[in-house]
Amino acid sequence: MDRKLRVSSNPHIRSKVTTNGIMMAVALALLPAAGFGIYNFGIRALLHILITVASTVLTEFLFGLYKKKLTVTDLSAVVTGLLLALNLPVGAPLWIGALGGVFAILVVKMLFGGLGQNFMNPALAARCFLLISFPALMTNFTCDAYTGATPLAALKAGEAVNVTNMIIGRTAGTIGETSMIALVVGACLLILLGVIDLRIPGSYIVSFALFVLLFGGRGMDFQFLSAHLAGGGLMLGAFFMATDYVTRPITVRGQYVFGVFLGIMTGIFRIFGPGAEGVSYAIILGNLLVPLIEKVTMPRAFGKGGAGHGRK
Amino acid sequence: MRKLTFVGGVHPYDGKDLSKDKPIVSVLPKGELVYPVSQHIGAPAAPIVKKGDRVLAGQKIAEQTGFVSAPVYASVSGTVKAIEPRRVVTGDSVMSIVVENDHQYEEVPMQPPGPLESLSREQIIDCIKEAGIVGMGGAGFPTYVKLSPKEPEKIEYCIANCAECEPYLTSDYRRMLEEPEKLIGGLKIILQLFPNARGILAVEDNKPDCIKLLQERVRGEDRISVKALQTKYPQGAERTLIYATTGRQINSSMLPADVGCVVNNVDTVVAIYRAVTEGRPLMERIVTVTGDAIQNPQNYRVKIGMNYRELVEEAGGFAGKPEKIVCGGPMMGFAMFDLDVPTTKTSTALLCLSRDEVSAMEPGPCINCGRCVEVCPGRVVPSRLADYAERFDEEAFLKHDGMECCECGCCSFICPAKRPLTQQIKSMRKIQLAKKKK
Repeated sequence: MDRKLRVSSNPHIRSKVTTNGIMMAVALALLPAAGFGIYNFGIRALLHILITVASTVLTEFLFGLYKKKLTVTDLSAVVTGLLLALNLPVGAPLWIGALGGVFAILVVKMLFGGLGQNFMNPALAARCFLLISFPALMTNFTCDAYTGATPLAALKAGEAVNVTNMIIGRTAGTIGETSMIALVVGACLLILLGVIDLRIPGSYIVSFALFVLLFGGRGMDFQFLSAHLAGGGLMLGAFFMATDYVTRPITVRGQYVFGVFLGIMTGIFRIFGPGAEGVSYAIILGNLLVPLIEKVTMPRAFGKGGAGHGRK
Repeated sequence: MRKLTFVGGVHPYDGKDLSKDKPIVSVLPKGELVYPVSQHIGAPAAPIVKKGDRVLAGQKIAEQTGFVSAPVYASVSGTVKAIEPRRVVTGDSVMSIVVENDHQYEEVPMQPPGPLESLSREQIIDCIKEAGIVGMGGAGFPTYVKLSPKEPEKIEYCIANCAECEPYLTSDYRRMLEEPEKLIGGLKIILQLFPNARGILAVEDNKPDCIKLLQERVRGEDRISVKALQTKYPQGAERTLIYATTGRQINSSMLPADVGCVVNNVDTVVAIYRAVTEGRPLMERIVTVTGDAIQNPQNYRVKIGMNYRELVEEAGGFAGKPEKIVCGGPMMGFAMFDLDVPTTKTSTALLCLSRDEVSAMEPGPCINCGRCVEVCPGRVVPSRLADYAERFDEEAFLKHDGMECCECGCCSFICPAKRPLTQQIKSMRKIQLAKKKK
């Protein structure tokens, strides 16, 4: 043979799934929510999205230049930017997404080692950073289309809300969180593509619903329950942020524990906390507990989990 | 009925269409034959011929040297040309007996030990041991040892592994279609060793013709049944196969016999049949020569010891330039350095690929997606184990059941970041196994 052969360890074939493909799928799945946000809030929402994505991508690119290791092509910065933008109120100043984007990529992700090394969801961490730093700007949901409180805030104040509008998304809120339908369409796409499964979103939403029924103070009020499920960042958080691979437990049992923990924490924040919303803080808190959850839910290997004669 | 299967696994492109409809063709070697004395797990055999000796086909040329060991037989008649280290598939040099083929194929007289019904347990096992039969699915563990558990009456299932879950491989498939009577006959011989056992022919359901044929042939056999398994890699791995067919679990430190099972692959069962009914030692096997870089993919009946290059020539040579050549299937086979190595008792296939997917993809950082966890039949966390292995954290590796990995390759296959997880875990396991031996 005049040409040398390639030699490597088994296996010699690889699946078609790639990191890029996954990031692309997540970005695509966020488009319905983004599109609805633009439809709902106007062209300013589009500006927010463009600025935030440009900020995350550029930050990752510049950091890559500095480290002489370009990682921007993995598209994860696009996803982070998109997620962050969908978490901004449309009335916030346009620079806020740019600042948040730099924080998300530089501080939360790259300084901890880049993709796969961050222990908090970068988009959520940046949102919380902005919420704490600029509380007035970040909670001002008044805009051309809507004046007054978000449905969850109204709910908290004891006012009546229109659940149908909440499910469609014709309410005040952050750019991408208002439409339950658009978010669920995107989530279905991710589930069909095998990018996410229902373990975390399912256990999250179910445990949150139970919490609301038990401790919501409204008993079996399904109107109240549906408003809580459709309102705020629950759908966006449960399907797109709690499922972030890097910051959720890798163990199967751990994912259920994680989901239930998020459900309970979100319930506590929303029902007993001072604010109307609690998804972001619940997920961030959950992110911090991931190493612990993984430690106690590490699976036992095949054939080591009890008697050898155990049936399937 | 729910399909018999296991938890985890992957569905790679199976490539079997290339060679599945090609009947087995016998091929005769042209050049010298090389017989490494170590074609099995265990102690190498000791040569009992010298340079210049004339040997006949079926003559023992190296004898067993320990409990876990197996003799080696000449597959052609000719003259011993040399006894020297030769390169084998894995790239190692192994002491080998080199025989110059005289193209006479003169055989030693072969005598079955006696009529089957009259044979005692010891006679059958002795015959299998003498015939040099080892696990021909790739592992190469001496078969007689497998068939001699401490308490034979406790064996409840004798499983013929007809899964052939490795992509591209079709040798077992052809064997089942063309010689089902030998397979069933071999299984009956094994059942004769275990009075309380039932025989299972476990076939993946991508081979419905085999399932149908075998079902017809075992009609009336009350101790043998055919079981269809879901088509999924690695359905034919020993541990997953036992679980799929019986629901019983074993770990890396247990033997199938611990849960009342004995598992043998198709070619091995056929070799048992031929050894016991014809007195014929193990000197040939079926090898699939396939891949997109092979002109005419084919299933060959090969004289063990024949050079791989001759097999490629027999198959019409290469179609284009191969970038990677694998001995065995794409999931667990060895990538070869060189074609000038001999076929052995465990050569299931020669896979020639025009493009190496692995080197074409740059590994990226782990994104913790958990796909490796989902597909791992050993139910460990491959990404973490690979990380421990990379950092050489032995304690964490052992604590998290790193030794339970069966090296099936599913984790590396599925990884979106294209990380060489199996490789990292495998090398750590090797180090740990070597330490244990000391």
